[in-house]
Amino acid sequence: MAGSGTVHLRESEQPVLSVRDLVVEFPVGRRQKVHAVSGLNLDLLAGETLGILGESGCGKSSAGRAFMQMPPPTSGSVLLHGTELTRLRSRELRRARAKMQMIMQDPVSSLNPRRRVRDLVAEGLSIWGFEGEDEDRLIRETLHAVGLEPEVVWNRRPHELSGGQCQRVCIARALMLKPSVLICDEPVASLDVSVQAQILNLLERSKRSHLLSLVFIAHDVAVVKNISDRVMVLYLGKTCEVLPSAHLDTRAVHPYTRLLLASVPEATEGGSRQTQPATELPSPLDPPSGCRFRTRCPLATDRCAAEEPVLRELGPGHFVACHHVDAAHVPTA
Amino acid sequence: MTPEPPMSQEPPMTPEPPVTVGSTATPLLEVDDLRTTFHTPRGAVRAVDGVSLRLSAGETIGVVGESGSGKSVLGRTIMGLISAGPATEVQGTVRIGGRDVHALAPGERRRLWGPEVAMVFQDPMTSLNPTKRIGTHLTETLRLHLGLRRGAAADRAIELLVQVGIPEPRRRVRQFPHELSGGMRQRVVIALALACSPKLLIADEPTTALDVTVQKQILDLLGTLAERLDMATILISHDLGVIAGRTDRVAVMYAGRIAETAATAAVFEHPLHPYTDALIGSIPRLSNEPHAELRVIDGNPPDMSAPPPGCRFAPRCVHAFERCREEAPPPHEPLAYDARHSVACHAPLLPAPNADSGNADSGNADSMNGGDD
Ligand SMILES: Nc1ncnc2c1ncn2[C@@H]1O[C@H](COP(=O)(O)OP(=O)(O)OP(=O)(O)O)[C@@H](O)[C@H]1O
Ligand SMILES: Nc1ncnc2c1ncn2[C@@H]1O[C@H](COP(=O)(O)OP(=O)(O)OP(=O)(O)O)[C@@H](O)[C@H]1O
Ligand code: SF4
Ligand code: SF4
Ligand SMILES: [Mg+2]
Ligand SMILES: [Mg+2]
Repeated sequence: MAGSGTVHLRESEQPVLSVRDLVVEFPVGRRQKVHAVSGLNLDLLAGETLGILGESGCGKSSAGRAFMQMPPPTSGSVLLHGTELTRLRSRELRRARAKMQMIMQDPVSSLNPRRRVRDLVAEGLSIWGFEGEDEDRLIRETLHAVGLEPEVVWNRRPHELSGGQCQRVCIARALMLKPSVLICDEPVASLDVSVQAQILNLLERSKRSHLLSLVFIAHDVAVVKNISDRVMVLYLGKTCEVLPSAHLDTRAVHPYTRLLLASVPEATEGGSRQTQPATELPSPLDPPSGCRFRTRCPLATDRCAAEEPVLRELGPGHFVACHHVDAAHVPTA
Repeated sequence: MTPEPPMSQEPPMTPEPPVTVGSTATPLLEVDDLRTTFHTPRGAVRAVDGVSLRLSAGETIGVVGESGSGKSVLGRTIMGLISAGPATEVQGTVRIGGRDVHALAPGERRRLWGPEVAMVFQDPMTSLNPTKRIGTHLTETLRLHLGLRRGAAADRAIELLVQVGIPEPRRRVRQFPHELSGGMRQRVVIALALACSPKLLIADEPTTALDVTVQKQILDLLGTLAERLDMATILISHDLGVIAGRTDRVAVMYAGRIAETAATAAVFEHPLHPYTDALIGSIPRLSNEPHAELRVIDGNPPDMSAPPPGCRFAPRCVHAFERCREEAPPPHEPLAYDARHSVACHAPLLPAPNADSGNADSGNADSMNGGDD
């Protein structure tokens, strides 16, 4: 089965990260499995930020963790700087994947509560197999870079820090290893708006100063638009649409992307307030045939149940997997 | 008092738009100088510290603020879920329909819950018993509060589920809470809250735990029902986007106090309190260009057991001056040109139009006199 297509891949470029036919499945009970990611293809260029957008349960975290091989995907390929990660053994994998780091949604619980900031930040160096000379100086520099006063936080434990400070520690930990790719899984979802802005600005700054490429996973459309160059919309493990982030709110045409946009509170001011019947995400154990979005799609037809849509190009950098929208639906100007 | 300045013959007050709900009638909810203090081993936590509010039938007010600003404690104290106890102090008054919630005996207070005031929480499981069927939750409430017979209660339960947009209600009443999705559970909780047609609904982060698409459905549902039932609503959220466009008025909370309160559009278009302004500036907007630098508020909210003296926002405020660190700004100073807009700040962002100068013609005069060259 062909996933959702590959036309959006930029064959002429040298991607930092390249993912092909990625499948992540979790066995449940004896015969069933959760189809978390079903044939994902993507490429990430140097200095680029790719936003991955979708509702809860659509497979964003499973994909991000599969890039990291934590755990490795059910099948498919993950190339980091041309190295196939899925075939490496633990020791080689640790070294290769140091170039790719991940930060998680819940910063407090992703830090060992018993360790102090200094050790938390240094942790990566030993885990990933680097010996540091002048470790403390590097830690100080990195703490500074993420906006923490080394003297103030040096000996603190996670519970003595705010959520935003914990997220800064997580970013510092990741930056210590001088990665080229940073995977951010909902890094601001649990933070207050004012702190969210601080962390988003910090990620933008770190990206420039550390020459990073980012994969930014989130469910918040406005946040994704603000930080990304390119956005990929996922639904139940499949790619719906890929487009330049600058056009996310104005040119997206996939019915699912439109639904996400229509759900942004700020966009609904004065809009319809009719009570809509509840809709449910179909079970990932038995996703709908054809287009997985068809059970919630206002445009669905028989063809959508019979045939899976494949990504097609609608315009420069704009790709959509849907039987019933095409370039004519893209608003111009 | 000094005589009115002559300029005020030209009334600066624009004909009041329909925002002024219940300007004449006695408000449904009157909160006066409410203070909720928790006595903890670390000291007294002044979670709510001098809040006053008015709310009329059918009116919706949004309460926004960051984590720890006291939104939930305010909601629970209004409801009477938090009341004076060994370690809890409640000062000031809350009147719902003229009845002083905290002066009532506990039993009487409980009788307000349902027909007078109901609450919806962030986590629907707070209000649901995992071992009870959906139908039982509803029929028990209906029989207890409204004295309905078994058959009538069962019929009404189905009606309520239909009202909150739950498909196949006859099948749902036999299900247990865990068999429903989060969004569906929250709809059940709303149906429960509405079972006795409360006059006031307090919704505390009702959609924070839900998916974006479901969030919109639930907020739309709350809005429609409030309108249809002429119910007053307090919508508590840390998300300004949720509050905008869905409320008549907004109260912005910071460290247990209301920093600014006004008609929703006024707060979003012309925030006058430096905190409101900074908070609005820090939201990433869909209309921003990618990579736009967001405005940030440096520092963290204060520790509520040792809040700073004077204005609580002073340590983070870019406009703070000496007086701010010494003297707390009066909490409910209405603006001269808009009695329903009040700001607790010594130096609000726009000068009040008829401040000392007696110039009631806000800014206009300036732009006319001070022409080019
Ligand atoms: N270890 C696991 N075992 C079984 N199922 C899993 C496991 N991890 C994830 N899933 C399932 O895989 C699907 C995708 O989950 P995933 O966490 O990737 O979604 P997500 O898009 O990150 O959602 P969220 O926004 O809630 O974080 C879901 O149905 C989830 O329940
Ligand atoms: N029972 C309690 N005992 C002691 N302190 C409490 C108690 N309940 C709340 N607090 C404190 O009161 C303050 C206000 O809490 P509250 O829950 O109202 O905040 P909130 O604005 O609802 O925040 P959030 O957005 O995180 O829900 C916090 O500092 C909190 O720690
Ligand atoms: S393929 Fe069909 S069901 Fe899927 S999004 Fe397009 S119209 Fe809707
Ligand atoms: S009173 Fe002073 S510190 Fe407080 S918000 Fe106003 S200007 Fe800022
Ligand atoms: Mg996730
Ligand atoms: Mg709360």
